[in-house]
Amino acid sequence: MKILVCISQVPDTTTKISFADNNTKLNTAGVQFIINPYDELSLTRALELTEKLGGIVTVINVGLADSEANIRKALAIGATDAIRINSEPKDAYFVAEQIAAVAQSGGYELILTGRESIDYNSGLVGGLLAEMLNLPYVNVVCKLDVEGTTATCEHDIDGGREVVKCNLPCVLSAQKDLTEPRIPNMRGIMAARTKPLQVVEPQVVPILAEALTYELPASKGACKMLDVADAGKLIDLLHNEAKII
Amino acid sequence: MYLVFAESQDNKYKKSSLEAISYAKAAAGGAGVAVFTIGSTDASELGQYGADKILQAASLTCSDPFVIAAALAEAANACGAKCIIISNNYAGKSIAPLLAVKLKAGVVSGVVALPNVDGDSMTVRKGCFSGKGFVEMKLNSVIKVLAITPNSYKIEINAGSGAVEAYTPQANVSQARTQQVELKKVTGKIPLTEAEVVVSGGRGWKGPENWGMVEELAAILGGATACSKPVSDMDWRPHEEHVGQTGITIKPNLYIATGISGAIQHQAGVSGSKVIVVINKDPEAPFFKIADYGIVGDVFEAMPKIIEAAKVWKAGNH
Ligand SMILES: Cc1cc2nc3c(=O)[nH]c(=O)nc-3n(C[C@H](O)[C@H](O)[C@H](O)COP(=O)(O)OP(=O)(O)OC[C@H]3O[C@@H](n4cnc5c(N)ncnc54)[C@H](O)[C@@H]3O)c2cc1C
Ligand SMILES: Nc1ncnc2c1ncn2[C@@H]1O[C@H](COP(=O)(O)O)[C@@H](O)[C@H]1O
Repeated sequence: MKILVCISQVPDTTTKISFADNNTKLNTAGVQFIINPYDELSLTRALELTEKLGGIVTVINVGLADSEANIRKALAIGATDAIRINSEPKDAYFVAEQIAAVAQSGGYELILTGRESIDYNSGLVGGLLAEMLNLPYVNVVCKLDVEGTTATCEHDIDGGREVVKCNLPCVLSAQKDLTEPRIPNMRGIMAARTKPLQVVEPQVVPILAEALTYELPASKGACKMLDVADAGKLIDLLHNEAKII
Repeated sequence: MYLVFAESQDNKYKKSSLEAISYAKAAAGGAGVAVFTIGSTDASELGQYGADKILQAASLTCSDPFVIAAALAEAANACGAKCIIISNNYAGKSIAPLLAVKLKAGVVSGVVALPNVDGDSMTVRKGCFSGKGFVEMKLNSVIKVLAITPNSYKIEINAGSGAVEAYTPQANVSQARTQQVELKKVTGKIPLTEAEVVVSGGRGWKGPENWGMVEELAAILGGATACSKPVSDMDWRPHEEHVGQTGITIKPNLYIATGISGAIQHQAGVSGSKVIVVINKDPEAPFFKIADYGIVGDVFEAMPKIIEAAKVWKAGNH
């Protein structure tokens, strides 16, 4: 089977965030970029499926040349080949349109995204892509199996979990528990150097939403400390001072 | 016109939907608010939050996002909606992008504040970098879809006279693209994303057998329980309680963290809480940096005292 895995690169989870250029962009000085953790999960599950059922895994990224290190990492983890759409990822809609344009004629049976990118936290690309391609969509998938032309997905819903079936091709977004992410080994890293990475130019599309300015959360005032012997006073403070209960 | 998608569960409208209607009323100014809802839960109460009109598709009872998005798009077209408001919960996150494409609408999820509307364009604030920042998004499209974060807007009683109208969209269950095989419902618990008080426990509690105090305090305060990632990884607690970068993001009024170090990935899921209380025996625990109230000490010593005081408070107040 042919699987397309969408990967975005995001600041490492421990990054201290600050903004640059009058708060119009992330200050990338000293920031280490990694493959979005949910995308590592979908990549790994894709590899497990093709190992079982045969097939190839293509990774796709909308990004500038600086995302190639992470694309190579995905190839080292085991993807067969890669496509980079050469544009800054503007917003989720824009990214989905770019990927849809490529995926339209690709013959992919499964298109996987992450539940959300941990930088923009939108969780939109998968659903947008599904609708643009007129395919079924299941979000926050924590278990995935494929049999014949049917995907069986266990996924989070409000107030529990649900198991659903849908026909291939389909678009799914990956949630924790889908699998354990793989790390590249030496052989994978060597092989990745020569695996195909195709660069395609973006479509011109209208920008429906754009980021204007960023802001840090308001800094917290001093923390009021209580002695453990007086721990019970907490309730009084929450009621009378913080007025939160 | 603003259009809100309102959801009910167990014959009751969700708190997040009432928030969404209140939000729409405030955002719409004079433009009016319509509500679209599916299923047969009595929807007449929705008028009091500001709905001018309530379209109820009573016979549409399905959870397939494609069908709901298609019905919602029809309702949006029928009432000429310029902005559609959905809750940013799991269902909303699945419906919002499908709807956006159907309406060629710009879409922003994780919205945390009212928009600034200027003619046809709108800017709105959303969370980003997993709790470490906010971004003002500008929407350039004529129709807009906003998915708003639960607990970020207060429920308001507004003058609204919305009568319930039966509505039959063309979209129907036969168009569903997913088929339910099994439903694993967690019953009898307040959903974490809707809880106003959350009491959370970490590895400091040593084992699942000690969770009684966490549950007891949550019950007294009318809240929900949560936990750190290792706690759910070790199956001390169910996975849906796991908050943080890889778990769920919550925004309660009060978050009480007990025996949790407050690693940056944990903070990512809870830093939007209004008031944070941290109980940890290590004075250097990173959690104290974002706490409003802190107790340096043993949870096994502090919690019984807090529970006692909470019982007294509850007896006197409720
Ligand atoms: C990519 C990635 C994603 C992650 N996502 C998440 C996530 O979503 N959510 C999450 O929670 N973590 C996440 N983590 C893990 C995170 O880094 C921490 O390891 C985790 O949050 C620690 O959990 P903890 O505080 O319960 O345990 P510990 O780090 O073991 O801390 C226990 C704390 O309890 C205190 N303590 C011990 N005994 C007592 C006592 N008797 N009384 C009072 N205090 C006591 C200790 O001082 C300590 O501070 C992620 C990590 C990575 C790398
Ligand atoms: N620039 C990008 N290139 C490729 N895939 C992306 C990109 N941005 C987001 N995605 C995919 O969409 C998912 C959700 O991202 P988002 O909607 O931005 O939260 C991610 O986990 C990726 O799988």
